Amino acid sequence: MRHLIDPLDFTYEETLRLLDLADRIHDDPAAYKDVAYRKRLASLFYEPSTRTRLSFEAAMLNLGGQVLGFPDAGVSSASKGETVADTIRIVSCYADIAAMRHPKEGAPLRAARYSRIPVINAGDGGHSHPTQTLLDMMTIRRRKGHLDGLTIGFCGDLKFGRTVHSLIKSLSRWPNMKFVLISPEELRVPDYILTEVLDPKGIPYVETRSLEEALPQLDILYMTRVQRERFFNEEDYVRLKNSYVLTKAKLAQAPADMAVLHPLPRVNEITLDVDDDPRAAYFEQAQNGVYMRMALIMTLLGLKDPKTGEVAFQC
Amino acid sequence: MLKVDEIQNGVVIDHITAGTGLALYHLMELEKLNDASVALLQNVRSQKSGKKDIIKIEGDITSLDFNVLGYLDPQITITYIENGHVTRKVRPEQPKQLVNVIKCTNPRCITSLEEGCDHIFALTPSGRYRCIYCEQEFKVQNL
Ligand SMILES: [Zn+2]
Repeated sequence: MRHLIDPLDFTYEETLRLLDLADRIHDDPAAYKDVAYRKRLASLFYEPSTRTRLSFEAAMLNLGGQVLGFPDAGVSSASKGETVADTIRIVSCYADIAAMRHPKEGAPLRAARYSRIPVINAGDGGHSHPTQTLLDMMTIRRRKGHLDGLTIGFCGDLKFGRTVHSLIKSLSRWPNMKFVLISPEELRVPDYILTEVLDPKGIPYVETRSLEEALPQLDILYMTRVQRERFFNEEDYVRLKNSYVLTKAKLAQAPADMAVLHPLPRVNEITLDVDDDPRAAYFEQAQNGVYMRMALIMTLLGLKDPKTGEVAFQC
Repeated sequence: MLKVDEIQNGVVIDHITAGTGLALYHLMELEKLNDASVALLQNVRSQKSGKKDIIKIEGDITSLDFNVLGYLDPQITITYIENGHVTRKVRPEQPKQLVNVIKCTNPRCITSLEEGCDHIFALTPSGRYRCIYCEQEFKVQNL
């Protein structure tokens, strides 16, 4: 039995197989409508995250499975102080697989250590969100046709934005990558990403303050939110926030085949006039997320792909 | 160097990273030793590392496990002394995992909420320990 707790839990080869399966589902979802017949997903959401929960539940329903669970801690036994370890032991009796969202970092790992069913981390505090990383990779690969040899720009809050850290770590496993890290000085990527992830592999990167200057060289632009509370004072925030907003006008300097990603929800960091641009890929991410989660549920449950007669990889 | 009486029976914990001796002193709860004399030397000049801290304990130390200090600060050497002679000098090897030896201090970590949750730290390739749950690095300075 395997779990998905950390974005790097799957090997490079396993990740490729999972991406391939998600692509096959994307191209013919109807072929997968009975794959998980009579299987049950427990969706254990200790904090509300409606989009992620609906995505997991839609994925299970699309596979012909069933869903049970709770949408926030207030309606679960967690409000009575039950431990994560106890909850998952009980849930293991009712369900075949669980997706867990929790405000505390490491809660899904804690659950996995006591679980008799596969556990998927659906986000633990600001720590990890591995299905986000997988759907980001799926979207990039579908847009560009491959994951290697890409120049990927990350823009905004690179310090606290863990989706960025996870994606950099995961993409570092593909050859000939180049990263352009666009952020205000206050929100630079943490040093350990440079010294422990990029430098040892000799992966080239540039740190820059200017989105405009970076844009012409990018294959992918990954936007994140610059939050007011990350700044010490209001003036710095006001001075900087517009530098990291993507507008139609700025986009004119970007290559025609660049793709713009964003983990959503956005606030104002991508203006609405960008939505109609063919480079906007952020709504595709949400759609791909369902296919990716279908592929993940199938694989962790050891369910065969009806198209190939095989599981993506052994769990 | 500041003179502290030579140890007859006890232990010398040397090459402690300067500025962290007091934190280690508290971690080992040395203030609770009733019969032993304890000396903490801070910012001692050292040829190897510029400055270092040293802890010397004279007396019965059989109830204490000093190896944990070496796990947290790999440069540390621990010298055991009996009747004025060095009997053992060790530089403890770092275990792959520490279970309930040190505590995770991250308030956002599941260990801060979940009853009965072991505090487990895993050794990183760079010789440091990270909480397996939240991945926060353990720093002696934060003790
Ligand atoms: Zn922790």
